[in-house]
Amino acid sequence: MDRAKQPRWQSLAAEPEFRALLRSRRRFVVPATIFFIVYYLALPIAAGFWPQPMSRPLLGPLTVAYCFALSQFVMAWILLALYLYRARQFDLAAARIRRRETREVLETQ
Amino acid sequence: MTSQPSLVMFAIFVGFTLVVTGWASGQSRTSRGFYAADRRIGGLQNGWAIAGDYVSAATFLGITGLVAFYGFDGFMYSVGWLVAYLAVLFLVAEPLRNTGKYTLADLMSFRLRGRGVRAIAAVSTLAITLFYLIAQMVGVGAIVNLLLPRFTDVVGIVVVGVLMLVYVLFGGMLATTWVQIIKAGLLLVTSIALTILAVRHFNFSLPAFFSAAASVSNGTGTSNLLQPGLLFHGPIGAWNLISLGLALVLGTAGLPHILIRFFTVPSAKAARTSVAWAMVLVGVFYLATSFMGLGAATIVGKDHIGRRMYAGQAIAHIARHPAQQSALNAQLRSQGYIVPKVDSNLAAPLLASAVGGSLLTAFVAAVAFATILAVVAGLTLTASSAFAHDIWFSLVRAGRADETEYLFVARAAALTVGALAIALSIALRGFNVAFLVGLAFAVAASANVPVILLALSWRRFSRLGAIAGMLAGLISSLALIAASPVVLGDRALFPLENPGIVSIPAGFIGAVLGTLLARDRESEAMFDQLQVRATTGLGAEV
Repeated sequence: MDRAKQPRWQSLAAEPEFRALLRSRRRFVVPATIFFIVYYLALPIAAGFWPQPMSRPLLGPLTVAYCFALSQFVMAWILLALYLYRARQFDLAAARIRRRETREVLETQ
Repeated sequence: MTSQPSLVMFAIFVGFTLVVTGWASGQSRTSRGFYAADRRIGGLQNGWAIAGDYVSAATFLGITGLVAFYGFDGFMYSVGWLVAYLAVLFLVAEPLRNTGKYTLADLMSFRLRGRGVRAIAAVSTLAITLFYLIAQMVGVGAIVNLLLPRFTDVVGIVVVGVLMLVYVLFGGMLATTWVQIIKAGLLLVTSIALTILAVRHFNFSLPAFFSAAASVSNGTGTSNLLQPGLLFHGPIGAWNLISLGLALVLGTAGLPHILIRFFTVPSAKAARTSVAWAMVLVGVFYLATSFMGLGAATIVGKDHIGRRMYAGQAIAHIARHPAQQSALNAQLRSQGYIVPKVDSNLAAPLLASAVGGSLLTAFVAAVAFATILAVVAGLTLTASSAFAHDIWFSLVRAGRADETEYLFVARAAALTVGALAIALSIALRGFNVAFLVGLAFAVAASANVPVILLALSWRRFSRLGAIAGMLAGLISSLALIAASPVVLGDRALFPLENPGIVSIPAGFIGAVLGTLLARDRESEAMFDQLQVRATTGLGAEV
């Protein structure tokens, strides 16, 4: 993109449609990130400081620790699926902003 | 173990990938082609290639071995490395695709203009990539010795080094991508086959499989591989585990050779799709490491794996003369070699031999070679892009170089990095360099991740903050590793093996303090543009 066709970044950043997209993205990404880091770190913390209770068999021979470790796979895949689902709306909003902006830039030429 | 079938299979892989390289070399003659495959890789293909780049020989052989020896504690690596992709998915992949061109430094210096940030970002990329590269190449030597005793480790390192340079120099990113995809497919098929065969050994009964893993003979009694604490125990063990976990889960979001893969796809949406595919593929593979490792421990037996495991030049000799093992180890130690107590890299090949016979073993050995070859090619391309794009094009020539010069410098840089890696790997062979991969993750998590996250989210974040953050993360992680038990043994000045728990906060604190020292209006003014571009994809490189 050459310089003459640069969108007006600052005014774009202040537009309600863009702010709404940013807000809805954050509303998903921030809690999801905090959740997965806490859920993940709980595993080494629990296994490191409370090895005895974590060594109890839970599902047949599988210990609490091993079940917790396997549940991390399920957690990661569920969060992935939720994000892919939400991201379709983000894509639509981003595409609307992109289309309108490209049109305006072309019209002012 | 006969070496003939694995040589044949490896030759087929090499022949096929060379054909791909020949095809790729005719596709593009631009820097965009060399570094980003003209941004025409699809999300699905890129997902396979990310999985191929990520699952190195250290993971395939190393993690399987760690699970075989330490059960749950080894499996912790697998868990951390999968969950780490959530950070890539939520925070890095799409903004990176929308704002960058060829390198990680592009994202950091998007609003933090000027030479300082880009120079240090390039140095941290080169450091991380070189650590990773040497760890992989030295591994080649050990595997050649174990699986193909007729050849010396030097031959193995040189063959892998030269082949990898052929892929990179002639085929660029397009060939490297397809080599990764082919290799990822082979590796996944192998892991699933080994998993099925291991469970079949117990008549497809999962309870029987896990019960066997819960009481594995360790020579003096039995140990339960499903409980924590076999590798990390006591109060220091807990902190080691947490520090390692932190570096694993954050490090991936700062690994340059993974992140540059997002420049090869056409859009942020395709970048997201590729993370999704990578998470599925990598997740299946990491689940398989659990079955392969536990299977190796129960079917092959830990004692048997341990007896065959010695690094460096001693391996071939010991394989033929097991009786001389202890005398030879003492001799090696006196010559300055580090002899690992238990190196478990052979768990996967030995499991293959126990459940599938010699042909499957040969296949696993060939896949292990292919794995190293592909990962090393990806790393070399990454290091070359940091040098040519960040240091030469942006800093030395200030953006004034033409395409011909650009491509020449890129290839020369790849050749230099490759030659350097071959030389260093030959010099370091016989040393236990496994800690270098951990170091690469710790440096990535401490030096790169704080700066990437703050640059994307904090308006006030400044150039001084970025430089202070990267230096604090880089220096603290390097210094703490140098003072750790991994390097100093009993005389360690820092008690933990992984520096993450100290060096990651150090990176964040450095970045925040540096920012609070002085305002940087120019970088603040660029924040709006960065945010709009990262979120909407307006003005993204095509």
